[in-house]
Amino acid sequence: MAANNIKHALFCAVITLVISYPILGLNLVADGAVVYLEGATTFTVVSVFLAAVVVFLFQLFRDDIMARLGFISRLNPLSGRDPMPQQKRAKLESWVLTGIIVLALFWPFFVSRGSVDLATLVLIYIMLALGLNVVVGLAGLLDLGYVAFYAVGAYTFALLSQYAGFSFWMALPIGACLAALFGLVLGFPVLRLRGDYLAIVTLGFGEIIRILLNNWTNLTGGPNGIGGIPEPTLFGMEFGRRIKEEGNTSFHETLGIAYASEHKVIFLYLIALVLAVITGLIIRRFMRMPVGRAWEALREDEIAARSLGLSRTAVKLSAFTIGAFFAGFAGTVFASKQGFISPESFVFLESAIVLAIVVLGGMGSQIGVILAAIAVTILPELAREFSDYRMLVFGAAMVLMMVWRPQGLLPMRRIHIELGKQG
Amino acid sequence: MLVLENVHTHYGKIEALHGVSVEVKRGEIVSLIGANGAGKTTLLMTVCGNPQASSGRVMLEGRDITREATANIMRSGIAIVPEGRRVFSGLTVEENLHMGGFFNTKAEIRKSQEHVYELFPRLKERENQRAGTMSGGEQQMLAIGRALMSKPRMIILDEPSLGLAPLIIQQIFDIIGQLREEGITVFLVEQNAHQALSLADRGYVLENGRIRLQDTGKNLLNNPEVREAYLGG
Repeated sequence: MAANNIKHALFCAVITLVISYPILGLNLVADGAVVYLEGATTFTVVSVFLAAVVVFLFQLFRDDIMARLGFISRLNPLSGRDPMPQQKRAKLESWVLTGIIVLALFWPFFVSRGSVDLATLVLIYIMLALGLNVVVGLAGLLDLGYVAFYAVGAYTFALLSQYAGFSFWMALPIGACLAALFGLVLGFPVLRLRGDYLAIVTLGFGEIIRILLNNWTNLTGGPNGIGGIPEPTLFGMEFGRRIKEEGNTSFHETLGIAYASEHKVIFLYLIALVLAVITGLIIRRFMRMPVGRAWEALREDEIAARSLGLSRTAVKLSAFTIGAFFAGFAGTVFASKQGFISPESFVFLESAIVLAIVVLGGMGSQIGVILAAIAVTILPELAREFSDYRMLVFGAAMVLMMVWRPQGLLPMRRIHIELGKQG
Repeated sequence: MLVLENVHTHYGKIEALHGVSVEVKRGEIVSLIGANGAGKTTLLMTVCGNPQASSGRVMLEGRDITREATANIMRSGIAIVPEGRRVFSGLTVEENLHMGGFFNTKAEIRKSQEHVYELFPRLKERENQRAGTMSGGEQQMLAIGRALMSKPRMIILDEPSLGLAPLIIQQIFDIIGQLREEGITVFLVEQNAHQALSLADRGYVLENGRIRLQDTGKNLLNNPEVREAYLGG
């Protein structure tokens, strides 16, 4: 067996050498105006060579090694167990979710400011991913320009506050509705498109919005962005040390407690939490309503859906509009959290990350998407030391997921056959 | 019930139907037979408004539906079983049926569901199974059942025998006969000419986008031209 693999193993080892030596060994050293190319140290050369040997040996005895590794899947205690009955599962799910939300409510009071800040970002991504899940996961429309609606929400709030002095609470519904309107407008030209074609058009739309924001300097400030976006207030109470707007009171004075900068962060976190929960609940409701079933029917088979009298126009537009609405929601919160936005925040990579969250989590599954949002946002932060390799690890993770679990972490469950009762 | 008057249909610049007139009366089974590419499916799609007829008229129960939107047509007492079954493979049998009754109330859905299970006891057994995992015959039963869920007065079947075993085809055609007993008008499009014509009250032969022959089912079966072209001599 091993003889067959020798050629393949040699090839892999050479590739390892060719790729890793220049990346790890060679260094450009700047000395004044001149740049020198520095050769590898002995240590690097030895490790690269050792790595190539390891790759060679592994490829040579791959079949044996993989056969030995086969027992690992049997170690999983959950494999081979009957699925839980549907009712029990639904009950358990709602209990677990309630528990997590209650925990999340009290959690920020016990941890550091940085963690709360990060958690707010996670919640924003959860909102985005839940919204995109409607478009991609449920209606099956591949949208690569989702970040455009996020940008519309954020810029709506930023511009309204700058030019008209709107507060967060007034801008939130306006931002979301305007994003929804953009979703509706984008929906019309792409009604007839599916799959790759749809992906390209939405990709273009996302870029159009970003370039427009970048170049409309008079209104949006172009690449300089918009700063000084106000933070949310609680019934007219501000969270800063000093009051910025007349007529408002400050939070710590009204409650008679000492000023702490954490109040503001925690308050933002709680707003994001409440909005994320609202997003989740509304979309969950939609999924159980006829419109949710219509989305799924359209994803499954467009011709069949139309033969049953479903209007393609209405179904697609509703998915686009609702998805965009929640992106606008998330955008407004994002603008308020950052206090400053620029087109830089709305590049294609953001769309790709949100899409990756939806695919990793399992298309159509809300809990899966939430878990994936947490993982994709937090893991890079935890692995700050490896930040150079972040994209590398991200890519590897995607490839591994597609190989081993193409349906996502927690795929949407639809069928519940009770195997135990048969036979 | 359904009348097509001198219907022309284009795909872009190409004319697929050159003035077709067909009539289906209430309570009848009418079969439309023809070779590949004769325009059978185009004719059905024109009835559904996708593509719309470029000239001529399509009347459903005395109402002109030539220019109506597909979604509206499909909600006005007519149901179609599309070619190749097209069940929602990711949904269970029951969910598929519920999709068929999308615009009906819950009570109506429950009633029609029971009725479909009476017609196809097999579907009842498979209630919670994913539609995509069933055999072709079962999927065809599901496709017909799904169409019946909207309580149509008229049902259009596009090649229901496509790719099925002879025994299953017989079952499907028995069910179609049963639908007539229940007062549902049936418009059947088939390549399987023998079975389609023996069941039909009347039949049409479509050739290159024109109606070549029309007669009662029995007469067409015995027509030498039809025998030659479609029944293997």
